[in-house]
Amino acid sequence: MKKQTPWDIVQLARHAERPNITDYIRLMCEDFVELHGDRLFGDDRGLIGGFATLDGVKVMLIGHRKGRTVEENIEANFGMANPEGYRKAMRLMRLAEKYRLPVVSFVDTPGAYPGSEAEARGQAEAIAHNLEFMSTLKTPMVVVVTGEGGSGGALGIAVGDRILMLQNAVYSVISPEGCASILWRDGTKAALAAETLKITADALLSLGIIDAIIPEPVGGAHTDATQMAATVKQAILTHLTTLKKQPIEKLLGQRYAKFAKMGA
Amino acid sequence: MAWFEKAVDAPVRIPAESVWVICPSCKAYIMKADWKATDKVCPRCNYHDRLGCRERVALLADTGSFTEINARVGVRDPLKFKDASGAYADKAKATAEKLGVGEAILTGTATLDTIPIVLGVMDFKFLGGSLGSGTGERIRLAAEEALRLKRPLILVTASGGARMHEGIVSLMQMAKTCAAIARLKDAGLPYFAVLTDPTTGGVSASYAMVGDLNIAEPKALIGFAGRRVIEQTIKQKLPDDFQTAEYTLAHGFVDHIVARRDMKPFLAKMLRYAGL
Repeated sequence: MKKQTPWDIVQLARHAERPNITDYIRLMCEDFVELHGDRLFGDDRGLIGGFATLDGVKVMLIGHRKGRTVEENIEANFGMANPEGYRKAMRLMRLAEKYRLPVVSFVDTPGAYPGSEAEARGQAEAIAHNLEFMSTLKTPMVVVVTGEGGSGGALGIAVGDRILMLQNAVYSVISPEGCASILWRDGTKAALAAETLKITADALLSLGIIDAIIPEPVGGAHTDATQMAATVKQAILTHLTTLKKQPIEKLLGQRYAKFAKMGA
Repeated sequence: MAWFEKAVDAPVRIPAESVWVICPSCKAYIMKADWKATDKVCPRCNYHDRLGCRERVALLADTGSFTEINARVGVRDPLKFKDASGAYADKAKATAEKLGVGEAILTGTATLDTIPIVLGVMDFKFLGGSLGSGTGERIRLAAEEALRLKRPLILVTASGGARMHEGIVSLMQMAKTCAAIARLKDAGLPYFAVLTDPTTGGVSASYAMVGDLNIAEPKALIGFAGRRVIEQTIKQKLPDDFQTAEYTLAHGFVDHIVARRDMKPFLAKMLRYAGL
Protein backbone atom coordinates (compact mmCIF):
# COMPACT_ATOMS: atom_id res chain seq x y z
CA MET A 1 0.00 0.00 0.00
CA LYS A 2 1.21 3.48 -0.90
CA LYS A 3 2.21 5.59 2.08
CA GLN A 4 -0.45 8.09 3.15
CA THR A 5 0.49 11.70 2.43
CA PRO A 6 -0.63 14.58 4.65
CA TRP A 7 -3.01 15.56 1.84
CA ASP A 8 -4.57 12.07 1.93
CA ILE A 9 -5.07 12.54 5.65
CA VAL A 10 -6.75 15.91 5.04
CA GLN A 11 -9.27 14.10 2.82
CA LEU A 12 -9.96 11.54 5.55
CA ALA A 13 -10.30 14.28 8.19
CA ARG A 14 -12.93 15.95 6.01
CA HIS A 15 -14.62 12.74 4.85
CA ALA A 16 -18.40 13.21 4.54
CA GLU A 17 -18.99 9.94 6.43
CA ARG A 18 -16.51 10.67 9.20
CA PRO A 19 -18.14 10.31 12.64
CA ASN A 20 -19.27 13.69 13.95
CA ILE A 21 -20.12 14.85 17.46
CA THR A 22 -23.70 13.60 17.12
CA ASP A 23 -22.37 10.12 16.32
CA TYR A 24 -19.95 10.17 19.23
CA ILE A 25 -22.66 11.25 21.64
CA ARG A 26 -24.98 8.50 20.41
CA LEU A 27 -22.31 5.78 20.47
CA MET A 28 -20.35 6.89 23.52
CA CYS A 29 -22.67 8.39 26.11
CA GLU A 30 -25.36 6.61 28.07
CA ASP A 31 -26.90 9.99 28.71
CA PHE A 32 -26.68 13.44 27.11
CA VAL A 33 -28.68 16.54 27.94
CA GLU A 34 -28.03 19.35 25.51
CA LEU A 35 -27.83 22.80 27.05
CA HIS A 36 -28.72 25.64 24.74
CA GLY A 37 -27.78 29.26 24.33
CA ASP A 38 -25.15 31.79 25.34
CA ARG A 39 -27.68 33.92 27.32
CA LEU A 40 -26.60 36.91 25.26
CA PHE A 41 -27.68 36.43 21.68
CA GLY A 42 -28.74 32.96 20.59
CA ASP A 43 -28.07 29.27 20.33
CA ASP A 44 -25.30 28.40 17.93
CA ARG A 45 -25.93 25.13 16.10
CA GLY A 46 -22.35 24.77 14.90
CA LEU A 47 -21.03 24.39 18.43
CA ILE A 48 -23.06 22.40 20.93
CA GLY A 49 -22.70 21.15 24.46
CA GLY A 50 -24.33 19.64 27.48
CA PHE A 51 -24.17 17.21 30.39
CA ALA A 52 -23.01 13.77 29.34
CA THR A 53 -22.34 10.46 31.08
CA LEU A 54 -19.64 8.03 29.91
CA ASP A 55 -19.48 4.72 31.75
CA GLY A 56 -21.03 6.38 34.77
CA VAL A 57 -18.64 9.37 34.66
CA LYS A 58 -20.45 12.69 34.44
CA VAL A 59 -18.81 15.35 32.28
CA MET A 60 -19.57 18.58 30.46
CA LEU A 61 -19.23 17.81 26.79
CA ILE A 62 -18.77 20.58 24.24
CA GLY A 63 -17.80 20.47 20.60
CA HIS A 64 -18.17 21.63 17.04
CA ARG A 65 -21.01 20.08 15.14
CA LYS A 66 -20.82 19.10 11.51
CA GLY A 67 -23.88 17.59 9.85
CA ARG A 68 -24.15 14.60 7.60
CA THR A 69 -26.99 15.71 5.33
CA VAL A 70 -27.10 19.01 3.48
CA GLU A 71 -29.92 20.20 5.74
CA GLU A 72 -27.96 19.34 8.87
CA ASN A 73 -24.88 21.03 7.53
CA ILE A 74 -26.75 24.19 6.68
CA GLU A 75 -28.22 24.23 10.19
CA ALA A 76 -24.79 23.56 11.74
CA ASN A 77 -23.09 26.02 9.40
CA PHE A 78 -20.68 23.21 8.40
CA GLY A 79 -19.23 23.25 11.89
CA MET A 80 -18.19 26.90 11.71
CA ALA A 81 -19.19 28.50 14.98
CA ASN A 82 -20.32 32.06 15.49
CA PRO A 83 -19.38 34.15 18.54
CA GLU A 84 -22.46 32.92 20.39
CA GLY A 85 -21.10 29.37 20.00
CA TYR A 86 -17.86 30.28 21.76
CA ARG A 87 -19.76 32.20 24.41
CA LYS A 88 -22.08 29.24 24.99
CA ALA A 89 -19.00 27.04 25.36
CA MET A 90 -17.64 29.41 27.98
CA ARG A 91 -20.94 29.42 29.85
CA LEU A 92 -20.96 25.63 29.94
CA MET A 93 -17.32 25.42 31.02
CA ARG A 94 -18.08 27.87 33.83
CA LEU A 95 -20.97 25.64 34.87
CA ALA A 96 -18.68 22.60 34.76
CA GLU A 97 -16.29 24.39 37.09
CA LYS A 98 -19.12 25.16 39.50
CA TYR A 99 -20.50 21.60 39.49
CA ARG A 100 -17.01 20.06 39.57
CA LEU A 101 -17.48 18.26 36.28
CA PRO A 102 -14.54 17.72 33.96
CA VAL A 103 -14.81 19.22 30.47
CA VAL A 104 -14.48 17.10 27.36
CA SER A 105 -14.12 19.12 24.17
CA PHE A 106 -14.53 17.72 20.65
CA VAL A 107 -12.81 19.73 17.93
CA ASP A 108 -13.97 19.41 14.31
CA THR A 109 -14.25 22.67 12.38
CA PRO A 110 -12.92 24.24 9.20
CA GLY A 111 -12.59 27.42 11.28
CA ALA A 112 -14.62 30.06 13.06
CA TYR A 113 -17.29 31.47 10.77
CA PRO A 114 -15.94 34.35 8.66
CA GLY A 115 -19.17 36.30 8.27
CA SER A 116 -19.99 39.97 8.64
CA GLU A 117 -22.47 39.29 11.47
CA ALA A 118 -19.85 37.19 13.24
CA GLU A 119 -17.49 40.16 13.05
CA ALA A 120 -20.17 42.54 14.30
CA ARG A 121 -20.82 40.33 17.31
CA GLY A 122 -17.11 40.02 18.09
CA GLN A 123 -15.74 36.72 16.80
CA ALA A 124 -12.24 37.78 17.81
CA GLU A 125 -13.29 38.80 21.31
CA ALA A 126 -15.30 35.62 21.85
CA ILE A 127 -12.34 33.38 20.97
CA ALA A 128 -9.84 35.54 22.85
CA HIS A 129 -11.87 35.40 26.05
CA ASN A 130 -12.23 31.65 25.79
CA LEU A 131 -8.46 31.27 25.50
CA GLU A 132 -7.95 33.36 28.59
CA PHE A 133 -10.74 31.60 30.48
CA MET A 134 -9.65 28.04 29.66
CA SER A 135 -6.13 28.76 30.85
CA THR A 136 -7.46 29.16 34.40
CA LEU A 137 -10.49 26.85 34.24
CA LYS A 138 -10.60 25.12 37.61
CA THR A 139 -11.58 21.68 36.41
CA PRO A 140 -9.79 19.06 34.30
CA MET A 141 -10.24 19.40 30.55
CA VAL A 142 -9.57 16.84 27.83
CA VAL A 143 -9.59 17.94 24.19
CA VAL A 144 -10.09 15.49 21.34
CA VAL A 145 -9.40 16.68 17.79
CA THR A 146 -11.66 14.29 15.88
CA GLY A 147 -11.56 15.73 12.36
CA GLU A 148 -10.50 19.21 11.28
CA GLY A 149 -8.74 21.43 13.78
CA GLY A 150 -9.23 24.68 11.93
CA SER A 151 -7.11 27.45 13.41
CA GLY A 152 -8.51 29.90 15.99
CA GLY A 153 -11.95 28.39 15.57
CA ALA A 154 -10.55 25.11 16.88
CA LEU A 155 -8.31 26.61 19.55
CA GLY A 156 -11.29 28.56 20.94
CA ILE A 157 -12.40 25.35 22.72
CA ALA A 158 -9.07 23.54 22.85
CA VAL A 159 -6.91 24.84 25.70
CA GLY A 160 -6.97 21.74 27.89
CA ASP A 161 -4.83 19.55 30.12
CA ARG A 162 -4.64 16.83 27.49
CA ILE A 163 -4.85 17.33 23.74
CA LEU A 164 -5.64 14.05 21.99
CA MET A 165 -5.89 13.65 18.27
CA LEU A 166 -7.38 10.96 16.09
CA GLN A 167 -4.88 9.29 13.80
CA ASN A 168 -6.37 10.86 10.66
CA ALA A 169 -7.33 14.23 12.10
CA VAL A 170 -5.51 17.43 11.18
CA TYR A 171 -4.85 20.58 13.20
CA SER A 172 -3.52 23.69 11.52
CA VAL A 173 -3.10 27.44 11.75
CA ILE A 174 -4.56 27.79 8.25
CA SER A 175 -6.17 25.48 5.70
CA PRO A 176 -3.69 23.99 3.22
CA GLU A 177 -5.64 25.70 0.43
CA GLY A 178 -5.44 29.08 2.17
CA CYS A 179 -1.74 28.71 2.84
CA ALA A 180 -1.06 27.65 -0.76
CA SER A 181 -2.89 30.62 -2.20
CA ILE A 182 -1.04 33.07 0.06
CA LEU A 183 2.49 31.68 0.16
CA TRP A 184 2.62 29.89 -3.18
CA ARG A 185 0.05 32.17 -4.87
CA ASP A 186 -1.42 28.96 -6.22
CA GLY A 187 -4.38 27.19 -4.60
CA THR A 188 -3.49 23.94 -6.36
CA LYS A 189 -0.35 23.65 -4.24
CA ALA A 190 -2.52 22.62 -1.28
CA ALA A 191 -0.96 19.16 -1.06
CA LEU A 192 2.48 20.72 -0.80
CA ALA A 193 1.24 23.21 1.80
CA ALA A 194 -0.35 20.37 3.80
CA GLU A 195 3.01 18.67 3.96
CA THR A 196 4.99 21.82 4.75
CA LEU A 197 2.59 22.99 7.48
CA LYS A 198 2.98 19.74 9.49
CA ILE A 199 -0.67 19.28 10.38
CA THR A 200 -0.99 15.54 10.96
CA ALA A 201 -1.20 13.81 14.33
CA ASP A 202 2.28 12.31 13.95
CA ALA A 203 3.84 15.69 13.19
CA LEU A 204 2.01 17.41 16.04
CA LEU A 205 3.07 14.75 18.50
CA SER A 206 6.72 15.22 17.59
CA LEU A 207 6.32 19.01 17.81
CA GLY A 208 5.05 18.57 21.39
CA ILE A 209 1.66 20.11 20.65
CA ILE A 210 -0.51 17.07 21.34
CA ASP A 211 -0.22 14.46 24.07
CA ALA A 212 -1.43 11.29 22.36
CA ILE A 213 -2.77 9.86 19.12
CA ILE A 214 -5.98 7.82 19.16
CA PRO A 215 -5.70 5.03 16.57
CA GLU A 216 -8.41 4.67 13.93
CA PRO A 217 -9.81 1.53 12.33
CA VAL A 218 -7.98 0.50 9.15
CA GLY A 219 -9.24 2.72 6.32
CA GLY A 220 -10.32 5.53 8.65
CA ALA A 221 -12.82 6.33 11.41
CA HIS A 222 -15.78 6.25 9.02
CA THR A 223 -15.30 2.56 8.27
CA ASP A 224 -16.31 1.59 11.79
CA ALA A 225 -17.85 4.39 13.82
CA THR A 226 -18.81 2.08 16.68
CA GLN A 227 -15.27 0.88 17.21
CA MET A 228 -13.97 4.43 16.81
CA ALA A 229 -16.33 5.75 19.46
CA ALA A 230 -15.33 2.98 21.86
CA THR A 231 -11.65 3.82 21.42
CA VAL A 232 -12.27 7.55 21.88
CA LYS A 233 -14.33 6.93 25.01
CA GLN A 234 -11.63 4.70 26.49
CA ALA A 235 -8.97 7.33 25.82
CA ILE A 236 -11.04 10.09 27.42
CA LEU A 237 -11.79 8.02 30.53
CA THR A 238 -8.16 6.97 30.95
CA HIS A 239 -6.92 10.55 30.83
CA LEU A 240 -9.71 11.84 33.06
CA THR A 241 -8.84 9.26 35.71
CA THR A 242 -5.26 10.53 35.83
CA LEU A 243 -6.23 14.20 35.75
CA LYS A 244 -8.85 13.90 38.48
CA LYS A 245 -6.21 12.71 40.93
CA GLN A 246 -4.32 16.00 40.66
CA PRO A 247 -5.05 18.87 43.04
CA ILE A 248 -6.52 21.68 40.95
CA GLU A 249 -3.71 24.17 41.68
CA LYS A 250 -1.16 21.68 40.44
CA LEU A 251 -3.24 20.98 37.36
CA LEU A 252 -3.43 24.70 36.52
CA GLY A 253 0.33 25.04 36.95
CA GLN A 254 0.89 22.16 34.57
CA ARG A 255 -1.59 23.53 32.05
CA TYR A 256 0.20 26.89 32.06
CA ALA A 257 3.58 25.22 31.68
CA LYS A 258 2.27 23.03 28.87
CA PHE A 259 1.37 25.99 26.67
CA ALA A 260 4.28 28.14 27.87
CA LYS A 261 6.78 25.63 26.53
CA MET A 262 5.23 25.57 23.04
CA GLY A 263 7.66 27.53 20.90
CA ALA A 264 9.72 28.57 23.96
CA MET B 1 6.40 77.83 -30.25
CA ALA B 2 4.34 79.57 -27.63
CA TRP B 3 5.90 80.16 -24.21
CA PHE B 4 3.50 77.84 -22.35
CA GLU B 5 4.41 74.91 -24.57
CA LYS B 6 8.07 75.42 -23.80
CA ALA B 7 7.32 75.28 -20.12
CA VAL B 8 5.78 71.82 -20.51
CA ASP B 9 8.77 70.63 -22.48
CA ALA B 10 11.22 71.50 -19.77
CA PRO B 11 9.71 71.00 -16.30
CA VAL B 12 11.84 71.60 -13.26
CA ARG B 13 12.42 68.15 -11.80
CA ILE B 14 12.40 67.87 -8.01
CA PRO B 15 12.11 64.30 -6.77
CA ALA B 16 8.64 64.17 -5.26
CA GLU B 17 9.62 61.88 -2.37
CA SER B 18 12.14 64.36 -1.05
CA VAL B 19 9.41 66.90 -0.27
CA TRP B 20 6.11 65.05 -0.10
CA VAL B 21 4.56 62.07 1.57
CA ILE B 22 1.48 60.59 -0.06
CA CYS B 23 -1.10 59.69 2.56
CA PRO B 24 -1.72 55.92 2.18
CA SER B 25 -5.40 56.49 2.93
CA CYS B 26 -6.61 59.66 1.15
CA LYS B 27 -3.64 59.92 -1.27
CA ALA B 28 -3.18 63.59 -0.45
CA TYR B 29 0.30 65.08 -0.84
CA ILE B 30 1.52 66.14 2.57
CA MET B 31 4.72 68.10 3.18
CA LYS B 32 7.27 65.76 4.68
CA ALA B 33 7.95 68.18 7.52
CA ASP B 34 4.23 68.27 8.38
CA TRP B 35 4.03 64.47 8.25
CA LYS B 36 6.87 64.28 10.72
CA ALA B 37 5.40 66.97 12.97
CA THR B 38 2.13 65.05 13.28
CA ASP B 39 3.91 61.72 13.95
CA LYS B 40 2.63 60.33 10.65
CA VAL B 41 -0.98 61.36 11.09
CA CYS B 42 -2.54 62.76 7.94
CA PRO B 43 -3.66 66.36 8.57
CA ARG B 44 -6.29 65.96 5.82
CA CYS B 45 -8.02 62.69 6.66
CA ASN B 46 -6.68 61.85 10.14
CA TYR B 47 -5.31 58.51 8.95
CA HIS B 48 -2.83 57.21 11.51
CA ASP B 49 -0.04 55.68 9.49
CA ARG B 50 1.82 52.65 10.78
CA LEU B 51 4.76 53.31 13.08
CA GLY B 52 7.89 51.29 13.64
CA CYS B 53 8.19 49.84 17.15
CA ARG B 54 10.94 52.25 18.18
CA GLU B 55 8.99 55.26 16.92
CA ARG B 56 6.05 54.11 19.01
CA VAL B 57 8.17 53.55 22.10
CA ALA B 58 9.50 57.09 21.71
CA LEU B 59 5.92 58.39 21.73
CA LEU B 60 4.80 56.46 24.80
CA ALA B 61 7.76 55.91 27.10
CA ASP B 62 9.32 58.75 29.05
CA THR B 63 12.52 59.86 27.35
CA GLY B 64 15.35 57.45 28.07
CA SER B 65 13.22 55.23 30.31
CA PHE B 66 12.80 52.26 27.98
CA THR B 67 15.04 49.25 28.53
CA GLU B 68 14.53 46.31 26.23
CA ILE B 69 14.06 42.91 27.87
CA ASN B 70 14.44 39.43 26.37
CA ALA B 71 16.20 40.73 23.26
CA ARG B 72 17.85 37.31 22.99
CA VAL B 73 14.44 35.75 22.26
CA GLY B 74 14.38 35.78 18.49
CA VAL B 75 12.80 34.02 15.56
CA ARG B 76 12.39 30.25 15.75
CA ASP B 77 11.70 27.99 12.83
CA PRO B 78 10.00 24.92 14.28
CA LEU B 79 8.84 23.58 10.90
CA LYS B 80 12.01 24.36 8.90
CA PHE B 81 9.61 26.13 6.59
CA LYS B 82 10.26 26.80 2.91
CA ASP B 83 7.83 28.19 0.35
CA ALA B 84 7.96 29.44 -3.23
CA SER B 85 10.04 32.46 -2.20
CA GLY B 86 12.62 30.53 -0.17
CA ALA B 87 13.42 29.59 3.40
CA TYR B 88 11.52 31.34 6.18
CA ALA B 89 14.59 31.35 8.44
CA ASP B 90 16.56 33.41 5.91
CA LYS B 91 13.73 35.87 5.37
CA ALA B 92 13.22 36.33 9.10
CA LYS B 93 16.92 36.85 9.71
CA ALA B 94 17.16 39.49 6.98
CA THR B 95 14.10 41.28 8.39
CA ALA B 96 15.51 41.28 11.91
CA GLU B 97 18.80 42.73 10.72
CA LYS B 98 17.13 45.38 8.58
CA LEU B 99 14.76 46.55 11.31
CA GLY B 100 17.14 46.15 14.22
CA VAL B 101 14.61 44.23 16.27
CA GLY B 102 14.70 40.48 16.80
CA GLU B 103 11.00 39.73 16.56
CA ALA B 104 7.66 41.31 15.62
CA ILE B 105 7.41 42.82 19.08
CA LEU B 106 9.82 44.93 21.10
CA THR B 107 9.32 44.51 24.86
CA GLY B 108 10.83 46.31 27.79
CA THR B 109 10.45 48.15 31.03
CA ALA B 110 9.72 51.87 30.95
CA THR B 111 7.99 54.68 32.72
CA LEU B 112 4.97 56.40 31.27
CA ASP B 113 4.46 59.84 32.79
CA THR B 114 6.67 58.55 35.65
CA ILE B 115 4.52 55.43 36.19
CA PRO B 116 6.61 52.23 35.93
CA ILE B 117 5.18 49.85 33.33
CA VAL B 118 6.10 46.91 31.14
CA LEU B 119 5.58 47.84 27.50
CA GLY B 120 5.37 45.74 24.36
CA VAL B 121 5.10 47.30 20.91
CA MET B 122 4.53 45.31 17.74
CA ASP B 123 6.04 46.25 14.40
CA PHE B 124 3.99 45.57 11.29
CA LYS B 125 7.11 45.78 9.14
CA PHE B 126 8.38 42.61 10.79
CA LEU B 127 6.71 39.95 8.59
CA GLY B 128 3.36 41.73 8.79
CA GLY B 129 3.58 41.85 12.56
CA SER B 130 2.78 38.16 12.50
CA LEU B 131 2.58 36.21 15.74
CA GLY B 132 5.54 33.85 15.66
CA SER B 133 6.68 31.74 18.58
CA GLY B 134 9.38 34.30 19.38
CA THR B 135 6.69 37.01 19.43
CA GLY B 136 4.49 34.93 21.71
CA GLU B 137 7.40 34.06 23.96
CA ARG B 138 8.39 37.72 24.32
CA ILE B 139 4.81 38.54 25.30
CA ARG B 140 4.64 35.73 27.84
CA LEU B 141 7.95 36.84 29.35
CA ALA B 142 6.79 40.48 29.39
CA ALA B 143 3.63 39.50 31.24
CA GLU B 144 5.66 37.44 33.69
CA GLU B 145 8.06 40.35 34.18
CA ALA B 146 5.11 42.66 34.87
CA LEU B 147 3.84 40.13 37.41
CA ARG B 148 7.24 39.89 39.07
CA LEU B 149 7.70 43.67 39.22
CA LYS B 150 4.01 44.21 40.08
CA ARG B 151 3.63 46.62 37.18
CA PRO B 152 0.87 47.11 34.63
CA LEU B 153 1.36 45.72 31.14
CA ILE B 154 0.61 47.69 27.99
CA LEU B 155 0.75 45.96 24.61
CA VAL B 156 0.48 47.93 21.37
CA THR B 157 -0.72 45.62 18.61
CA ALA B 158 -0.09 45.81 14.85
CA SER B 159 -0.47 42.48 13.15
CA GLY B 160 -2.07 40.57 10.32
CA GLY B 161 -2.42 37.54 12.62
CA ALA B 162 -0.68 34.22 13.10
CA ARG B 163 2.60 33.46 11.32
CA MET B 164 1.83 30.72 8.81
CA HIS B 165 5.50 29.77 8.49
CA GLU B 166 5.44 28.47 12.05
CA GLY B 167 2.21 26.53 11.55
CA ILE B 168 0.53 25.12 14.62
CA VAL B 169 3.25 26.48 16.92
CA SER B 170 2.19 29.97 15.90
CA LEU B 171 -1.45 29.17 16.68
CA MET B 172 -0.48 28.02 20.16
CA GLN B 173 1.00 31.44 20.90
CA MET B 174 -2.56 32.72 21.09
CA ALA B 175 -3.22 30.36 24.00
CA LYS B 176 0.14 31.05 25.61
CA THR B 177 -0.14 34.84 25.59
CA CYS B 178 -3.70 34.80 26.91
CA ALA B 179 -2.67 32.42 29.70
CA ALA B 180 0.14 34.75 30.77
CA ILE B 181 -2.20 37.74 30.71
CA ALA B 182 -4.80 35.82 32.72
CA ARG B 183 -2.22 35.33 35.48
CA LEU B 184 -1.39 39.01 35.47
CA LYS B 185 -5.05 39.93 35.78
CA ASP B 186 -5.60 37.36 38.54
CA ALA B 187 -2.92 39.21 40.49
CA GLY B 188 -4.97 42.40 40.12
CA LEU B 189 -2.54 44.08 37.77
CA PRO B 190 -3.84 46.21 34.89
CA TYR B 191 -3.46 45.12 31.29
CA PHE B 192 -4.25 47.58 28.50
CA ALA B 193 -4.36 46.66 24.83
CA VAL B 194 -3.68 49.49 22.36
CA LEU B 195 -4.92 48.45 18.93
CA THR B 196 -3.30 50.09 15.93
CA ASP B 197 -3.61 49.54 12.22
CA PRO B 198 -3.99 46.65 11.52
CA THR B 199 -4.98 44.24 14.30
CA THR B 200 -6.53 41.18 12.75
CA GLY B 201 -6.67 37.38 12.75
CA GLY B 202 -5.01 35.49 15.55
CA VAL B 203 -3.79 38.61 17.31
CA SER B 204 -7.24 40.17 17.45
CA ALA B 205 -8.51 36.78 18.66
CA SER B 206 -6.04 36.69 21.54
CA TYR B 207 -4.18 39.36 23.53
CA ALA B 208 -5.54 42.34 21.57
CA MET B 209 -9.10 41.73 22.72
CA VAL B 210 -8.67 40.88 26.39
CA GLY B 211 -7.46 44.19 27.76
CA ASP B 212 -9.01 45.57 30.94
CA LEU B 213 -9.28 48.41 28.48
CA ASN B 214 -9.08 48.01 24.72
CA ILE B 215 -7.99 51.32 23.24
CA ALA B 216 -7.71 51.95 19.50
CA GLU B 217 -6.17 54.50 17.20
CA PRO B 218 -8.59 56.22 14.80
CA LYS B 219 -9.44 54.31 11.62
CA ALA B 220 -7.32 51.29 12.56
CA LEU B 221 -8.39 48.07 10.85
CA ILE B 222 -9.58 45.69 13.57
CA GLY B 223 -11.20 42.35 12.86
CA PHE B 224 -10.97 38.59 12.85
CA ALA B 225 -11.45 37.42 9.27
CA GLY B 226 -10.18 39.29 6.23
CA ARG B 227 -12.54 41.43 4.18
CA ARG B 228 -11.99 39.36 1.03
CA VAL B 229 -12.72 36.08 2.81
CA ILE B 230 -15.92 37.50 4.29
CA GLU B 231 -17.06 38.93 0.97
CA GLN B 232 -16.50 35.54 -0.64
CA THR B 233 -18.40 33.84 2.17
CA ILE B 234 -21.45 36.09 2.24
CA LYS B 235 -21.31 37.00 -1.46
CA GLN B 236 -21.85 40.66 -0.67
CA LYS B 237 -19.77 43.82 -0.73
CA LEU B 238 -18.97 45.12 2.74
CA PRO B 239 -19.36 48.79 3.66
CA ASP B 240 -16.23 50.96 3.74
CA ASP B 241 -16.31 51.43 7.49
CA PHE B 242 -16.45 47.67 8.15
CA GLN B 243 -13.84 46.57 10.73
CA THR B 244 -12.59 50.08 11.44
CA ALA B 245 -11.82 51.18 14.99
CA GLU B 246 -15.01 53.24 14.87
CA TYR B 247 -17.05 50.18 13.78
CA THR B 248 -15.42 48.10 16.52
CA LEU B 249 -16.25 50.73 19.13
CA ALA B 250 -19.84 51.00 17.93
CA HIS B 251 -20.19 47.22 18.32
CA GLY B 252 -18.88 47.31 21.86
CA PHE B 253 -15.39 45.87 21.60
CA VAL B 254 -13.15 48.83 22.30
CA ASP B 255 -13.48 51.34 25.13
CA HIS B 256 -12.10 54.41 23.50
CA ILE B 257 -10.57 55.73 20.30
CA VAL B 258 -7.63 57.97 21.06
CA ALA B 259 -5.65 60.10 18.62
CA ARG B 260 -1.93 59.49 18.48
CA ARG B 261 -0.94 62.79 20.02
CA ASP B 262 -3.30 62.16 22.97
CA MET B 263 -2.37 58.53 23.56
CA LYS B 264 0.34 58.98 26.14
CA PRO B 265 -1.60 61.35 28.43
CA PHE B 266 -4.69 59.15 27.99
CA LEU B 267 -2.81 56.02 29.06
CA ALA B 268 -1.31 57.88 32.01
CA LYS B 269 -4.78 58.94 33.11
CA MET B 270 -6.12 55.40 32.75
CA LEU B 271 -3.21 54.02 34.77
CA ARG B 272 -4.07 56.50 37.52
CA TYR B 273 -7.74 55.38 37.46
CA ALA B 274 -6.38 51.87 37.80
CA GLY B 275 -4.80 52.98 41.09
CA LEU B 276 -1.24 53.73 40.02
